[in-house]
Amino acid sequence: MIFELDVLILLLLIPAAVMALQIRDLLAASMAFGIYSFLMCLLWAEMGAVDVAFTEAAVGAGVSAVFLIATVYCTKRKSSD
Amino acid sequence: MMKKLAGIVVFMVGLLLFYGVSNVDDFPGWGDPDSPANASPLSQYFITDTIKDSEVPNMVTAVLADYRGYDTMFETVVIFIAGIAIFAVVRVSRNNSPVCGGNKDDEPDLIITTTCRLLVPVIQIFALYVLAHGHSSPGGGFQGGVIMGASFILVAVAWDLDTALGRFSEKAAIACAGLGIIIYAGFGLASMFYGEEFLNYGITHKLLPGVESPEMARYYGMLGVEVGVMFTVTSVMFLIYGLLSTRGRMSGGL
Amino acid sequence: MEEFIQSRFNYWIYVILMMIGLWGMIAKNNLIKKLIGMSVFQTAIILFYVSVAVKSENSSIPILPHHGHDYSPRAAAAHAAHGRATSSEDSEDHHQDEHPHVRSHDGHGQHDSKYTNHGPKVPKADNYANPLPHVLMLTAIVVGVATLGLALAISQKIYREYGTLEEDELLEKVRAEDDV
Repeated sequence: MIFELDVLILLLLIPAAVMALQIRDLLAASMAFGIYSFLMCLLWAEMGAVDVAFTEAAVGAGVSAVFLIATVYCTKRKSSD
Repeated sequence: MMKKLAGIVVFMVGLLLFYGVSNVDDFPGWGDPDSPANASPLSQYFITDTIKDSEVPNMVTAVLADYRGYDTMFETVVIFIAGIAIFAVVRVSRNNSPVCGGNKDDEPDLIITTTCRLLVPVIQIFALYVLAHGHSSPGGGFQGGVIMGASFILVAVAWDLDTALGRFSEKAAIACAGLGIIIYAGFGLASMFYGEEFLNYGITHKLLPGVESPEMARYYGMLGVEVGVMFTVTSVMFLIYGLLSTRGRMSGGL
Repeated sequence: MEEFIQSRFNYWIYVILMMIGLWGMIAKNNLIKKLIGMSVFQTAIILFYVSVAVKSENSSIPILPHHGHDYSPRAAAAHAAHGRATSSEDSEDHHQDEHPHVRSHDGHGQHDSKYTNHGPKVPKADNYANPLPHVLMLTAIVVGVATLGLALAISQKIYREYGTLEEDELLEKVRAEDDV
């Protein structure tokens, strides 16, 4: 655990989370959610939870973003808010 | 109106939580080794005695697959049920729904398919490595399964779902999802036949050839149940992608 | 003051992320956006658990080094036996050989005996991060993606039935159906 790195990633997480919720293009929002998940994975690796970070890198940043994109592709891409 | 109400609710929850985590007397700080969670005898037992009980250096894998074996088994069942539920919700027959996505007759891109042809075997070997080395390095059945499932998803993205289904058909995927749970429960039952508790793998050293001690039997028992977890996770991830990307037709693709 | 901030900063960010996720779940109009908010909420709680598991500055990841050979009682015993076979004049190896054998029959009542100087080293609890929250969260992540897939499947079904994913339009259509 390195506190400076911890602060940096934590401060990057908030804009990523806000971006994932605020972008109206749902495809871009899915990608922003992937970025958020990957930052979370970095944070957990930094805090010593390597297994959790590995799972999040495979699941959160990889597969769940793909699921979201697949759904957006089969439904509507624009969101009203 | 609704948004203002939502804002008030969220603000109140946040205020309460801020008060809770900032309270120095009641809430231990970040990285405090004497906090109740870290100083509990259970957590300390997992750190000091895992290597003695099961010869596994990775404590997370040992706790996941041995000490909390029931938990992991039923998490696997949850994943299986989620896959079946998605199947029940969106699966339709091939003929009566419109094609989702682009033109099916499009030729897949040469650069992408060539890259994937090189990449997919590497990903699958890496998934097996992650599974097999889950005891001594980060990894295990869940991660290996997701990576293995991702390799099939990559095939489905680069070509189309029919190509991926040619390698791993829908029926095989459902069968593998069930097979994983059967493998997991089978290791539990194997220890019951020797008079031990369900999922107490230590006794299986009488069953496995070349394993001389109960500790090593636990080591290999964990590997066995991780293989079961990997079967379920791989096939459920692939099934979910296939159903979601084609609106349940299981043909065509993005 | 600086120490106070350092010991609380993770938890403050966890609360903010949880607020963002909760707000997304309640206030957003689009169902996909609601699901993204739910995932943000979920990862915020996982962040809380992982932050609880962190120990002091010099704690390591919860994996024993060198494949655990330094700590494994049987490996140490085998090593000691091997040492005796090759160099029988080394008297320390005899001690290492006998102690694990005796200790393996110990009950939990004599737990303190393993902290003696002889025999295999025992991992110190303060040197490793707490593995228990990691295990709980690892399974939570994978189950989380399976349930996210289920939620996405249901929203696809809703889109197929009603042709929209916006909450207000959906409510209007459902009410119109009820009136007829």
